[in-house]
Amino acid sequence: MQIFPFIVVAWILGVGLYGVVTSRHLVHQIICLIVVQSSTYVLLLGVGYVTGAVAPYFFDVPNHTPAVDPVVQACALTDVVVEAAVTALLLSFAIQAYKRFGTLDPQELAALKG
Amino acid sequence: MNTLAVHTPYTVPVAMMDALQVTLLVLVAVAATAVVLIRVPARQVLMLSVYGVLLAVLFLAFQAPDVTLSELTVGAVLLPAVLLLTLAKVRKKEQ
Amino acid sequence: MTPQQRRWIFLVAGTGLVAFYLWGLSGLPGFGRYPGPYGFAILRVVVAQTNATGVVSAINFEYRGFDTVGEEFILFVAAAGVATVLRRLRGEREQPATSEAADRDVPPTSSAVRMVGLLFTGPVVLAGWWLASHAQTNPSGGFQGGVMLATAFVLIYLSGEFLVFKRFSPIDLTDVVEAVGAAGFAAIGVSAVAMGLPYLKNFLPLGSVPGAVSSSGTIALISFFVGIEVAAAFILIVAELLDQTLLIRQED
Repeated sequence: MQIFPFIVVAWILGVGLYGVVTSRHLVHQIICLIVVQSSTYVLLLGVGYVTGAVAPYFFDVPNHTPAVDPVVQACALTDVVVEAAVTALLLSFAIQAYKRFGTLDPQELAALKG
Repeated sequence: MNTLAVHTPYTVPVAMMDALQVTLLVLVAVAATAVVLIRVPARQVLMLSVYGVLLAVLFLAFQAPDVTLSELTVGAVLLPAVLLLTLAKVRKKEQ
Repeated sequence: MTPQQRRWIFLVAGTGLVAFYLWGLSGLPGFGRYPGPYGFAILRVVVAQTNATGVVSAINFEYRGFDTVGEEFILFVAAAGVATVLRRLRGEREQPATSEAADRDVPPTSSAVRMVGLLFTGPVVLAGWWLASHAQTNPSGGFQGGVMLATAFVLIYLSGEFLVFKRFSPIDLTDVVEAVGAAGFAAIGVSAVAMGLPYLKNFLPLGSVPGAVSSSGTIALISFFVGIEVAAAFILIVAELLDQTLLIRQED
């Protein structure tokens, strides 16, 4: 349990990268990129966890209860929403590439010129 | 500042929380592998939705409800909607 | 380079990456043993300093407010990028929405989907609004509330028709709302500068009770602006993609 979450993060990262490298369809590649991004959220939250602590909200627990680290949660929170918009931008590039070249295979797209 | 003697109305034993977290981590790893190994994008989108919900439950077990809310709405609704619209546009061109 | 070669090169390089990652991992203090002083220092002072019980939103909009301005502008630029990339290219025509809807031969929306959409649109809008305006008390905040509001509009499209969706969210109005959200956030920071304080300092009255809706000064106001900006950005993205799918055709 000491390092098991980080090993899972490495696994998700490796699997996602394998999908990106050996993909034959641009949308499949973008979905594998989403998986790679999600591994970083798990890593952020895993670094800040404190065993036996509560969530950092003091509305209904007393004020100085030991809580997990709130800074990495703030990072991960804005990260999730912003990466969704950037993924939409990538998908619009994929649409226009398909209109221009007629194919969605990244290995064929690399061979086209102009 | 690392004490185990937290007594709130919501505390569970540490062993139970550990077991829950290990189970959810294994499920998330299996779901990520499934998302990558499915090659047809239209089916992959559904698996991505399931993966988003599992990831949201994992974040809840890591004591992060804010990130859970974000990941649930984004990963289970908005990203699949945007992906399916792209796939519909690409498929319509093929006809 | 053949796919087989690519696969082998990836396996070699991937093993190297994992080896570096595990080497760096050995320096961490282990899962559950977070030692860092920054998080604990903030937890000690946050309720006394800002009267906000939602610590994560207080960090997002006050302690690290400048980083959040940057993230929000990434979102703004991404939505503007989608609107630019998906414009009508030379050689395409855009049909008006009414004629396209009239002669599409798709099966009509089932009544189960219509009923679920009707029942859930109101509560989803209410929940999104509640999330965006209660940033300082609960696990809420501008980002989550905005995304949930955008989800309500997707529900309108799914259960109704494309025309109804377009009437509820005309692109000009969505653009204006998004700009108001982004500019509002920056303007709050600038008005702090106009008073002689540092950029984005919390200058509104802090309220008396920690965790009340009207407490914590600028945090609630910033969260509201962020909420409407995020909602408008995602509605714009979905509307542009729908226009591409349903309205824009190749000139033939």
